[in-house]
Amino acid sequence: MSAKVLIVDDEKDFLDIMAERMGGRGMDVSTATSAQDALEKVQTESYDAVIMDFLMPEMDGFKALKLLKEARPDLAIILLTANVREEERIAAKKLGAMEVLEKPADLNMLTQKIEEARTRKVR
Amino acid sequence: MGEKPAKASEMGLQFFGRISASISHELKNVLAIFNENAGLLEDLTYMADQGKPIDPKRLEKMAGTFKKQIGRADDILKNMNRFAHTIDEPVTDVNLHEIIELFLALTARFTIMQGYKLDRQLPADPVMIPTAPFFLLNLLWLCLEFAMSAGGEEKSLQLVMAETEDSVRIYFRQPSGLAQQQPETFPSAAGEELLAVLGADLTTEADGQEIVLRLPKSAY
Repeated sequence: MSAKVLIVDDEKDFLDIMAERMGGRGMDVSTATSAQDALEKVQTESYDAVIMDFLMPEMDGFKALKLLKEARPDLAIILLTANVREEERIAAKKLGAMEVLEKPADLNMLTQKIEEARTRKVR
Repeated sequence: MGEKPAKASEMGLQFFGRISASISHELKNVLAIFNENAGLLEDLTYMADQGKPIDPKRLEKMAGTFKKQIGRADDILKNMNRFAHTIDEPVTDVNLHEIIELFLALTARFTIMQGYKLDRQLPADPVMIPTAPFFLLNLLWLCLEFAMSAGGEEKSLQLVMAETEDSVRIYFRQPSGLAQQQPETFPSAAGEELLAVLGADLTTEADGQEIVLRLPKSAY
């Protein structure tokens, strides 16, 4: 069975190309353009991992992360951000982020993280 | 304009840092899109090697994305360059239309992040005044930051410029009114220094619906 992934980013060009590339690697990919949209999706669907931009309009990354984890405590959330400061990385991990990666991200590494998330979920 | 007070200079440096960080963030987003498109090209090449032909339409779409993102990065870098050059001259003749457009471009990411929509209403004819462009940008930023923090549910702001005989007024107006009155802490001590550097003043008008920055038209 393919990994079911939700990608969340307000950059449409980035979202589309990520969805295409990950889909090309056999993943079942859904997209959301805001944290609110993502929250609604995780409440009705079960995902192996959520890949989310840390800085999006209207809801900051910490709040989005907290709400997603409240909605789905077991959800594996990988944050992607253009720039990340170490204190933010630590705070995000404390809130339950599985990983915080800097853009541009290496898709092989991202795929590996998604597989790790799936393995954890299966266990 | 005399010596630049220490607090205003320090705040200017912080402002420069925030804008620079925002620019670097924007550029990394552009690079991320380039990176994924380059990756997709590799994926397509690999599949072509396996016997699956490359769809020219897909390549055409990628070329369109590259062009769009190059245009975006070019705009970001042009604005960054113009911003950097605002420190060149302590006081110079400034086209207020141009500086406000630059200000709006530099701060667009911040307003979008806060969920705000910012409209501008500028006079048809160019308005030139002698001023310190970098400090003016910093002061506009303080006004915008305050207007967004004082805004109510309706996340909409208007930036309106109007001329009087001896001054130019820049209004930060919220159609439904600012939720907070201008507090005693705004502008801060550093903001007061900036106002003094520019010979400007800042007031709240229309029963707290707008904050008004008044800039002198003549040299100060």
